[in-house]
Amino acid sequence: MAVSSVPPTLQAGKAPLLPPRRSFSPFASVWHFLAWLLLVGIAVLFLVPLLWMISTALKDPSELMRNNWIPQHLAWENFSYALSYGMWFRWTYNSIVITLFSVVGMVLSSAMVAYAFARLKWPGRDILFGVVLATMMMPGVVLMIPQFIIFARLPAFGFQGSQTWVNTFLPLIVPAFTGSAFYIFLLRQFMRGVPMELSESAKIDGASELRIFWNIVMPLSKPALATIAIFSFQGAWQDFMGPLIYLQSERLYTLQLGLRQFEFAAGGAPAWNWLMAVSLLVMLPVLVVFLAFQRYFIEGISITGMGGR
Amino acid sequence: MAVSTRDQAVKVAAAPEARRRFSRRRFNQALTGYLFALPWLIGFLVFTLWPMVYSLYTSFTRYNIIGEPRWIGLRNYRNIIFSDPSFLKALENTFWMVIVKTPIVIVAALTIAILLSLDLPGERGFRTIVYLPNVLSGVAAIFLWQWILAPNGLFNAGLELIGVRGPAWFTDPNWTKPGLVVMGTWWIGSQVLIYLASLKGIPKSLYEAAEIDGANGWAKTRYITLPMLSPTTFFLVVTSIIGTFQIFETAFIIAGAAGRDVALGGPSQSLLFYVFYLYNRAFGKVGAGGLQMGYASALAWILFVIILIVTLIQLWLARRWVHYETDGR
Repeated sequence: MAVSSVPPTLQAGKAPLLPPRRSFSPFASVWHFLAWLLLVGIAVLFLVPLLWMISTALKDPSELMRNNWIPQHLAWENFSYALSYGMWFRWTYNSIVITLFSVVGMVLSSAMVAYAFARLKWPGRDILFGVVLATMMMPGVVLMIPQFIIFARLPAFGFQGSQTWVNTFLPLIVPAFTGSAFYIFLLRQFMRGVPMELSESAKIDGASELRIFWNIVMPLSKPALATIAIFSFQGAWQDFMGPLIYLQSERLYTLQLGLRQFEFAAGGAPAWNWLMAVSLLVMLPVLVVFLAFQRYFIEGISITGMGGR
Repeated sequence: MAVSTRDQAVKVAAAPEARRRFSRRRFNQALTGYLFALPWLIGFLVFTLWPMVYSLYTSFTRYNIIGEPRWIGLRNYRNIIFSDPSFLKALENTFWMVIVKTPIVIVAALTIAILLSLDLPGERGFRTIVYLPNVLSGVAAIFLWQWILAPNGLFNAGLELIGVRGPAWFTDPNWTKPGLVVMGTWWIGSQVLIYLASLKGIPKSLYEAAEIDGANGWAKTRYITLPMLSPTTFFLVVTSIIGTFQIFETAFIIAGAAGRDVALGGPSQSLLFYVFYLYNRAFGKVGAGGLQMGYASALAWILFVIILIVTLIQLWLARRWVHYETDGR
């Protein structure tokens, strides 16, 4: 019974049983063939922007206004030119630091809290879980201003050259260590599916709750942990509003702010080939993670849908 | 007989001790639970509950961060509702987006999901490609779309092929929001995947029964697929509307592109969405009405109430069109 609360897609990543495919033709009917053609068309449309970006990034300025796909001369030097304007290494380093800390904080704390809600009995648990669900409905905008005021008053004692938490990485990192309601919910659903007998027998063997959490439940929750790690990675890497509000000096900018700065610096007439070249580089890490861990992205989304039912 | 009495005697004697041990165990259990939940508890109190209370208080004050907040009662709310043309403009722009974008996203996502559910060759590849744009978001992707939707950019070149003269998307105030909708349909991957997951959950037996009754493809879609998907559709409509109400980043970057002043909210304020306006009021330049934390907090609470009302209306409407399986899950 407990196992059934885990969405089927998450169970050890097993593919659902497919009906045996007929051998003579991959299509059931002419309609299916037409549907397939339509899908091919849609797929092309979805890929065109990305391909256009790559094509633009490799063009000479003279070709920018012509809508040709393959540049006559592959201008790889666009990348190095673009990178020489702006503190790209600094910004990359900042993005990496912020992303790394937020992902680690988010995964660890969400997992701990989810464990408390999924596998421990304590007074007030169910009421507080209701509160967790309620906070998911709260639009972030309402909290944005008071949070800023709080951070503007917290002393940073000169950390990153600032007297308050504003204009440091802290407002972007520390809240991640308190978990996110959505990830807690997701992990709780998953952890409830790990058989209780495992915890009980470990307890008989004298294992502490912390040990059971770390050595038994965490390893068995890997698929769900991977999903939230990936989503929080994407969220932190691409966050724009947070850095925009909290980071004021250019040397603290993340890549997202840096990109905007780069566009600004061009004074209203950005060189699109350069802009596309750096944009491509900024996108690259997420793209690589996506291609490597596609399964977790896709499963994560499917669970989201189930959570909504 | 004697043995059992002695047993009882022992039990009675040990009872207080056992009870103490029992309550200590319960105490330890409770302590462990709270310790594990501690990160969230702290976060909830410090980053959610207190900010909410504080923000509500701030919304009744005049406060520019540097000085002390000054209580002015309902004046912020009165000014916003009765004498702030930018507020009305922001509201109008935001509702435009919600009303136009939501149905387009839902229909497009459903169509693609149904195509993907047909078990055609290359399904996995298609799924990946459709989801790919969701990975490519952030500022970089917004620049990409600005480039594609440039007056003589790729999109208009494509339109020319079918004999349509494309507009000057992000510089013509009438076309900025349609431009955002065009952009937005590139990012429907997660909606497609959510639809796909629930499409695969529809029991095949329903379709088989319908086929025996002689139902054609359209009848099956209309009377089985759509009703069975309606809880998912409801979820997607609600979340997409809440998301659209909070649109910020795209509009902010496009409005500030090409050296334009962000405070203007794009050509003729056509990109001034609600959260964008709120940002300008809270964090914008003082000369352009910025750094008014009290005013901006009142704006935030008005948005909260609007979202709440819209969601409640949807819940009420849902009784008419959302179909839940009676046996439950």
